[in-house]
Amino acid sequence: MLKTRKENRPLSFMKEKAKILDEEGINRAIMRIAHEIIEKNKGSVGLCVVGIRNRGVYIAQRIAACIKQIEGIDVLTGALDITLYRDDLALASGQPLVRKTEIDFDINEKNLVLVDDVLYTGRTIRAALDALIDFGRPKSIQLAVLIDRGHRELPIRADFVGKNIPTSKKESVEVRLQEADGIDEVVIVEKLGGDSSPLGAQNDV
Amino acid sequence: MGWTKKDLLGLEYLTPEEIELILDTAESFKEVSTREIKKVPALRGKTAVNLFYEPSTRTRVSFEVAAKRLSADVINIATETSSVRKGETLIDTGKNIQALKADIIIMRHNCSGAANMLARSLDISVVNAGDGWHEHPTQALLDIFTLKEKLGKINGLNVAIVGDIAHSRVARSNIWGLTKLGAKVTLCAPQILLPPGIEITGAKTSSNIDEVLKNADAVNVLRMQFERDEDAAFPEQLDYFKKFGITEERLAKAKKDIVVMHPGPINRGIEMSSAVADGANSVILEQVTNGIAVRMAVLFLVSQAREAKQ
Amino acid sequence: MSILIKNGRVIDPANKIDAILDVFIENNKISKVAKNINSSADTVIDASNKIVAPGIIDMHVHLREPGREDKETVATATLAAAKGGVTTVLAMPNTQPAMDCPENVRLLQEIIRKDAKVNVLICGTITKGRLGKELSDIAALKKSGVYAISDDGCSVDSDELMFAALKKAKQAGLLTICHSEDKKLSGKGVINLGFNSTRLGLRGIANESEYKRVRRDVELAKNAASAVHIAHVSCRESVEIITEAKKTGIKVTCETAPHYFTLTEDALLGYDTNMKMNPPLRNIEDLIAIKQGLKDGSIDVIASDHAPHTENEKDIEFERAEFGVVGLETELSVSITELINKQVLDWPGLITRLCLNPARILGLDKGRLTAGSFADVVIISDQQSWTVDKPALVSKSKNSPFFGRCLKGLVDYTICNGTIAYQR
Repeated sequence: MLKTRKENRPLSFMKEKAKILDEEGINRAIMRIAHEIIEKNKGSVGLCVVGIRNRGVYIAQRIAACIKQIEGIDVLTGALDITLYRDDLALASGQPLVRKTEIDFDINEKNLVLVDDVLYTGRTIRAALDALIDFGRPKSIQLAVLIDRGHRELPIRADFVGKNIPTSKKESVEVRLQEADGIDEVVIVEKLGGDSSPLGAQNDV
Repeated sequence: MGWTKKDLLGLEYLTPEEIELILDTAESFKEVSTREIKKVPALRGKTAVNLFYEPSTRTRVSFEVAAKRLSADVINIATETSSVRKGETLIDTGKNIQALKADIIIMRHNCSGAANMLARSLDISVVNAGDGWHEHPTQALLDIFTLKEKLGKINGLNVAIVGDIAHSRVARSNIWGLTKLGAKVTLCAPQILLPPGIEITGAKTSSNIDEVLKNADAVNVLRMQFERDEDAAFPEQLDYFKKFGITEERLAKAKKDIVVMHPGPINRGIEMSSAVADGANSVILEQVTNGIAVRMAVLFLVSQAREAKQ
Repeated sequence: MSILIKNGRVIDPANKIDAILDVFIENNKISKVAKNINSSADTVIDASNKIVAPGIIDMHVHLREPGREDKETVATATLAAAKGGVTTVLAMPNTQPAMDCPENVRLLQEIIRKDAKVNVLICGTITKGRLGKELSDIAALKKSGVYAISDDGCSVDSDELMFAALKKAKQAGLLTICHSEDKKLSGKGVINLGFNSTRLGLRGIANESEYKRVRRDVELAKNAASAVHIAHVSCRESVEIITEAKKTGIKVTCETAPHYFTLTEDALLGYDTNMKMNPPLRNIEDLIAIKQGLKDGSIDVIASDHAPHTENEKDIEFERAEFGVVGLETELSVSITELINKQVLDWPGLITRLCLNPARILGLDKGRLTAGSFADVVIISDQQSWTVDKPALVSKSKNSPFFGRCLKGLVDYTICNGTIAYQR
């Protein structure tokens, strides 16, 4: 049982506005990302996929499964917890839970695909890059996200995007996955009361 | 459930959930020490002060390593002044350190309650690294962490603590921590070294080591400090080893996988034989390794709680 | 100078009075206690809905002067006394120098003459320097004007010496007050021995260090056929020993302090040095026994054991902090809150233990409102409540164990020898 703030967040202040992707849509998007990864890296040799906790890890595992389906090869997968690298620890409301980083292979000289569910301000990715550098020197780091919702605060862009969704800062994008939430869907929710934290972050750091 | 306390003073003051949270967090931190670059930026720009009024190498170094692996700056102050009313008072020292804009004081003190008093007087975090006979919470946490790692759980375990319970802060912290997490604790010592009312904690007492070892899943052997208490009649060292020392012969009659722990430094031939200290059941060096992860978790959590409050 | 106190509830157990009456004070003395006194007076005080009682006689006070004027002085302690409704204090002799010879007594008498706002009686030492080695010149001390002898803070360990002291005190017509503690048993203890001392990791003080010495002191008093007064009784066994001794006709009296019937060792759990005193706060069974002893009369007197210490001596590591708490300003209110309002004592019972019994034990013409007696009177609003905090205390030291407590009872006037020593 994973304990995260995301899973425990109160939904009472949120109003669901629209469903962006259903199960089939998610599967299609992930399969497409897998194809693009193979194409860009000219196969799956020397490839590894590392997901950012929590939901990035499940998406990374699904991408790896798709690659196996396509190429018949098991790519290495890992999980990265970026709590200790966040630039907003002091601002975070409530206690961030530190979870395990599990990368039990050498990332040196690998083509590493970093995976997250939603790309927003870019601060999570910044922290993740810092964390990865502490593990070694990959040949390249590429970024795959299921949703890109815009509003970047750092010069970061994704190499592979499942779906681009224009959003307002008042809105939040929620990715729900079978592994964590018991359902596969992506929805836009609106925060009632308009209290958007300075980070505006539901998905990002 | 989050961590909300700016200080860690003792396990008596924590809920089972809070203890679990430290243990879970420590588990995540353990991985950091296995990396090639054993450092994360979580406490970058923070200053931790090791304020030690009692000589201690291992605890101080363990805290120092833990703080540095979190990227905190560490300053060591060793004041071996046990002399009463000489120089600055403890609270004045604490306030001076606070004025230096340090963030955490890690304190070892020979007076019970010193950490409680300091924590009450300061806004910055105080982590108790051992106060008198009172508590040594991080030692107990690393003992419990090691035990959980070895045996998979704490709830329902039979844990024996052997040695000078009366004068041991390690024993007190272990008793609180273990009983809160559902372990069955038996304290084994000569009658004179069992403090009054200790069974109110839920721990049982015994003076028969062989009987106690028979049922124990783990035994935590305390360091005997024959020099410490001048006003109590202490048992003769050799006699103590004969009656309470952990030997291979004694262990042979215990459960095969019994976990043998010791907070160090070991008096070989007094609390346990060398063969046991270095034997297959001993997890003494793993305790040292786990101490880093546990102390990283503690420093991280108290630091976060203090910032959340500000 | 005359004062007329109108319509108060006058409580004077010596004269078996508990009624709404007027009290007329003239020329430092009680002139008349009666209904509807219409004499004209310089000052008229309306005491409707208030208690009018004899001033409190506190048998156990540390003035700290001479020697430790940084803790307290005669001036500040007697101001605190007046504020607390206390009109007479017995000053313990552990000053620097100790009250072990007439010269030192005269030194203090001089300060008292200058600075005291209420009556201060001096207690001499039993042994020279309170060292327990050699008896003070008890007859000379009596002659110099002391009212009792005690080595308070220490017990005289030698049975022979203590026996000799009791004999000498009897000859001199002095009361002997015992700090009953066997230091061999209490050792370096700092709080009550038990689960709390275990969980706090502090050295404990067992009840037996007190009651074994109480038993000895009572035994010696019996053998010497002398009166003995046991100071600051804190534990159950001591009460039992004293109760039994009284039954067999031994001339033993005793006192307890407000903290022993209000607080238990649980107050120590936060290492609050303001809860550190000797004897230590005991457990709930002891507290109940103390209350019972007060109720049935085994415990004769309530005294504060007012022991001021500076912040430098209290705001430090628990084991290094001084023993003792201040109490002059809180003893009445704590007694009202814990004893009257909890039906342990009625008003005459409380006034007996605060005023009348101390006067009898010390042989004073005080503690009563008899016409012709010195006019030491206190007027109390017993329903008023207040919260104890540092600014509320006038004592030089602020080491009270009652901070944050809401107490019932405020002193409106303290009249000492016919003059108003304190007015709220």
